[in-house]
Amino acid sequence: MHLYNLTLQPPTAVTQAVVGNFSGARTQEIIISHGTRLELLRPDVQTGKLSTVITTDVFGSIRSLAAFRLTGSTKDYAILGSDSGRIVILDYDPKTTSFVKLHQETFGKSGARRIVPGQYLATDPKGRSVMIAAVEKAKLVYILNRDAASNLTISSPLEAHKNNAIIHNVVGLDVGFENPLFAALEVDYSESDQDPTGEAFNAADKMLTYYELDLGLNHVVRKWSEPTDPRANLLVQVPGGQVASSDRFDGPSGVLVCCEDHIIYRHMDRPQHRVPIPRRKHPLEDPSRGIIIVAAVMHKMKGAFFFLLQSEDGDLFKVTIDHEEDEVKALKIKYFDTVPVASNLCILKSGFLFVAAEFGNHHLYQFQKLGDDDEEPEFSSTSYPALGMANPTAPLLHAHFRPRALENLALADELESLDPIMDSKVMNVLPNSDTPQIFAACGRGSRSTFRMLRHGLDVEESVSSELPGIPNAVWTTKQRESDEFDSYIILSFVNGTLVLSIGETIEEVQDTGFLSSAPTLAVQQIGADALLQVHPHGIRHVLADRRVNEWRVPDRRTIVAATTNKRQVVVALSSAELVYFELDLDGQLNEYQDRKAMGSTVLALSVAEVPEGRQRTPYLAVGCEDQTVRIISLDPESTLETISLQALTAPPSSICITDMLDASINKAQPTMFVNIGLQNGVLLRTVLDPINGQLTDTRTRFLGTRPIKLLRVQIQQSPAILALSSRSWLNYTHQNLMHFTPLIFENLDYAWSFSAELSPEGFIGITGSMLRIFQIPKLGMKLKQDAIPLSCTPRKFISHPTNRFLYLIEGDHRVLSEDAINRQLAQLRQAGKSVDEEMLQLPSEVFGRVKALAGTWASAIRIIDPVEAKTVGIVHLDNNEAAFCLAVVPFAARGGELHLVVGTASDTLLAPRSCTSGFLRTYTFTQDGTGLELLHKTELDDVPLAMIAFQGRLVAGVGKALRVYEMGTKKLLRKVENKTFSSPIVTLNTQGSRILVGDMQDSIFYAVYKAPENRLLIFADDMQPRWTVAATMIDYCTVAASDRFGNIFVNRLDQKVSDQVDDDPTGAGILHEKGQLMGAPHKTKMLCHFHIGDLVTSIHKVSLVAGGREVLLYTGIHGTIGVLVPFVSKEDVDFISTLEQHMRTEQISLVGRDHLAWRGYYAPVKAVVDGDLCETYARLPASKQSSIAGELDRTVGEVLKKLEQLRITASGF
Amino acid sequence: MSSELRYTANTQLEHLHARYTGTGHADLTKYEWITHQHRDSLASIMGHPPLLSYLAIADGEAMGRVRFEMTERMLQPCGPPPRKDDD
Repeated sequence: MHLYNLTLQPPTAVTQAVVGNFSGARTQEIIISHGTRLELLRPDVQTGKLSTVITTDVFGSIRSLAAFRLTGSTKDYAILGSDSGRIVILDYDPKTTSFVKLHQETFGKSGARRIVPGQYLATDPKGRSVMIAAVEKAKLVYILNRDAASNLTISSPLEAHKNNAIIHNVVGLDVGFENPLFAALEVDYSESDQDPTGEAFNAADKMLTYYELDLGLNHVVRKWSEPTDPRANLLVQVPGGQVASSDRFDGPSGVLVCCEDHIIYRHMDRPQHRVPIPRRKHPLEDPSRGIIIVAAVMHKMKGAFFFLLQSEDGDLFKVTIDHEEDEVKALKIKYFDTVPVASNLCILKSGFLFVAAEFGNHHLYQFQKLGDDDEEPEFSSTSYPALGMANPTAPLLHAHFRPRALENLALADELESLDPIMDSKVMNVLPNSDTPQIFAACGRGSRSTFRMLRHGLDVEESVSSELPGIPNAVWTTKQRESDEFDSYIILSFVNGTLVLSIGETIEEVQDTGFLSSAPTLAVQQIGADALLQVHPHGIRHVLADRRVNEWRVPDRRTIVAATTNKRQVVVALSSAELVYFELDLDGQLNEYQDRKAMGSTVLALSVAEVPEGRQRTPYLAVGCEDQTVRIISLDPESTLETISLQALTAPPSSICITDMLDASINKAQPTMFVNIGLQNGVLLRTVLDPINGQLTDTRTRFLGTRPIKLLRVQIQQSPAILALSSRSWLNYTHQNLMHFTPLIFENLDYAWSFSAELSPEGFIGITGSMLRIFQIPKLGMKLKQDAIPLSCTPRKFISHPTNRFLYLIEGDHRVLSEDAINRQLAQLRQAGKSVDEEMLQLPSEVFGRVKALAGTWASAIRIIDPVEAKTVGIVHLDNNEAAFCLAVVPFAARGGELHLVVGTASDTLLAPRSCTSGFLRTYTFTQDGTGLELLHKTELDDVPLAMIAFQGRLVAGVGKALRVYEMGTKKLLRKVENKTFSSPIVTLNTQGSRILVGDMQDSIFYAVYKAPENRLLIFADDMQPRWTVAATMIDYCTVAASDRFGNIFVNRLDQKVSDQVDDDPTGAGILHEKGQLMGAPHKTKMLCHFHIGDLVTSIHKVSLVAGGREVLLYTGIHGTIGVLVPFVSKEDVDFISTLEQHMRTEQISLVGRDHLAWRGYYAPVKAVVDGDLCETYARLPASKQSSIAGELDRTVGEVLKKLEQLRITASGF
Repeated sequence: MSSELRYTANTQLEHLHARYTGTGHADLTKYEWITHQHRDSLASIMGHPPLLSYLAIADGEAMGRVRFEMTERMLQPCGPPPRKDDD
């Protein structure tokens, strides 16, 4: 087996975000890291929307990201810390819209290691140096400068190592133009490692250490080191330094040390200031729980600065410092607003706050005000004894605030994010859909959602109105060439034409010069200010003064097809003749003297738009009934001569020639494509050579079951094609590459572009007798998402074999269940304590839930109707139980009646794993599956983590035991058990009497159930230990599984062993076979291995296109959705692997990670080709493309076609 | 050990150990070994964002909190060292 890995949806989680002027222009941009990808976002200051400028795969793991700017420069650079053992400086080049690697300095081994720098990055605010640090010991300082030609230079590294020191955080201090200073938060472990009494451990100090880079001596010295709060976790830079022109200080310099429950201002030889982190006054809140700051941002404005710090509950606090020159007078903190918990915060100068959420959708907020004069209580260090430092080891008195709805911020935009995908299923539940949908349980805590993903572009309908009859075509047209918007809508019916004018309202008009008594074949705004109508009996040329010049068809003939552009008109007559007209310089439409006999009925015609500054387009495409398409010249030298011919497999139904930009073919200018839609629903796309008119590079695609109609439309001021069949598709250029995506909309019979003031780039379409006007708001988004809110983190879900409902279990650790809340509140009330009702009413999806102790759980079983996209039922679990797995089981003892079995455990603790009791809750389905009725509960000794229906019984992995359960009247009855597993069982798959068991730490075991002897035996296992997360059976002997480190692998059992095990009736043979390597007697063989870079949470074997091949679809915790496609032939394998080899040498990773090493992070890549790397072939410069193609003995077109074909046939994307 | 390294290795070994924290040697105790293992694992988890997300989701804590607690745990991941027998 050989697989091709293709990412359908790149990861959507944001692990790092920085803001800066990366393009050197005045606007600020945000660079975000998705873990393995870099993306440049540009916020539109007017609309407050974020748009993606570029996104690139770096084929490595980005761990830290920082921006810096050289003094006096206007452009920011990005620095990346990654797992490549290298520091990389990136420049965004707006001309080529790409990231350019300016410097790449190697300093250590690759991989995310303890003492190899890459985890922390800190830059000097004046852009003179950068510190890159590891989690322990290593800190390197690089000096940044510019050379005579003002190019950025980087020095060799200076070491600031400290042995045996664990580093919590590193930050660059703002010291103006004095020597650069870096602050690090360190703990030394050398003493506590030697002291058996544990005293040294308790006395271990957390040190705030300053490292000074002496620019004169080119040397780093430890300047100052003082103990600080032992629970400090984060450092924030405080502005400092003097303004060059005056002696005024920008700020006091120093750092904010964020500790558990406190914020301390700290600077060398200066008094400290300490304030508490305010906390919510929730009646059920545990007052001893510490609160830490997880994200922070500092913002400088003219002559002032402030900080926004975010606590782990999502509350933002505004921190300000009152200072006189460089002396701090007071440190103040107040509640600002509550937003989702962020991995990074970015403030833009234009007044926006970008919140890169750690889980779920990312948000862009606009500042409404800065919380300066509101009622919110402010806590100042001056109101505490000795500025809060009277007794530094004792906590300050708690400060409280009341969380409230957003007041200082307003939501401007939201970036959809699937992160984390906990579980998924691929099913086709929608009526009238020929492709399956992906259902994903996403999110964490109270912001979780259940999403349905469909391949296609989201469509926004603005108008939908009923027409008197059923039109067969619709057009819009401007009146003059210079008009900005369309003025008329023309509807053609079987026996007439209706003209509507677009104004304040849309109404019928009569005096337009159009013939209303006949159907229309084509409408065109022609010349400067004239209109043209083609109807079956002639052509009407309506001049600006409403005079009409009419050309009439010779007797007993009609026009059957027509095509027009701004200067040319071609019509085909029923006698299979072509008539050609061209506009002369006086605005007169002149017929060419000859007519061209085609010899076969013409079905479709097309000319391209007239290129800018030209008189005409030189080519006409004619599709005939004899299954050919001919290219005919319109050049004055050779008018109506046939140039080339292409044979088809079915009669054409529509043709469209368009000039579109596709950077994979030609980066500089648009390519002329001839799109041919056939009557059998197949679309052919060929490239028309503009020099000799030959057709090359034909690509085919199946669009639907109906004959195709192709229409030229405008998208983002460039031409695009709307292809209508049983589904509607849009072919458009986005970020210089061609996309072909279905629209998620009702079938259209005809459509045209529609441009009016309210929708400048809309479409008008007809379905039956309905007229619809719509827009496509999010180009480039290939998956449309519909979300249902959930109340807790989803864990797993399952479909029912007969009804359409989905059953989902959700649960959250450290959260009180509803009935526990009520119980505790009742106790409080009984004790006579007042309960703050307002705090209890806060919406949990915004503010989260009150944190409880470890071992507290809230959990529920939810019934979801995926078609209606709503929750139809929910069962909350009591007794501090949490659900971990579920299965629908047809119990044979009950005549095959379906039951839902949910595995739960109460008072579960995660580390070390324990529970007071596990349970199997057996439910019967009521009300056609919308309800559940508890039949009985079976007590267990451990936490059940996996279960599956098996031969009319249930197999469950209860802790480390694998058990088969039979239905009983009072509870489930244990029938057989196997307790030889070394760690808990996390996945189960079955076929026949074989059960594939995924062990948490020990990969996949093959077990078999032998009914005659009632034995459950392991007969094969894996040679490697693997931390299994998800697994699925590909066939009876083969399994695809993923592990916790982002690998995906395929294991296969030898066919002989498989047969031998099946032939053994009692299992006595397996029982007495000698174990191999301290395990099962047989070993599976690894067939494929690949490092995805994201933790794969589910794998499915599905077919994504109707009638297509089956592929492996996987989802990742960071929101990745990808497929692994099996190759069908040896030639394909050879071809694509050779291409991959070439690409490895061409496409150097942006973080400097070796591609082969990245994909073979934990074990060497085996039999998997990285499709994402191969697809970057389309972005290579043309010379590189052709040299690689030459090595492969193909043309560039053939290589691109092969890559596109692999993608389309496998995924349809 | 190759012959040319045989005489120089011992003098360099100490230097190498100082340089590459976590490298084992012949007299490594079980406690030292397991402590290194834990510190390496904790650093690796923090260095791999998907793994950190995974643990944060399981535990119901913010990622920042999980990262902080892990860094804290690196100080002494396996408890105090055992008492030496000879004293």
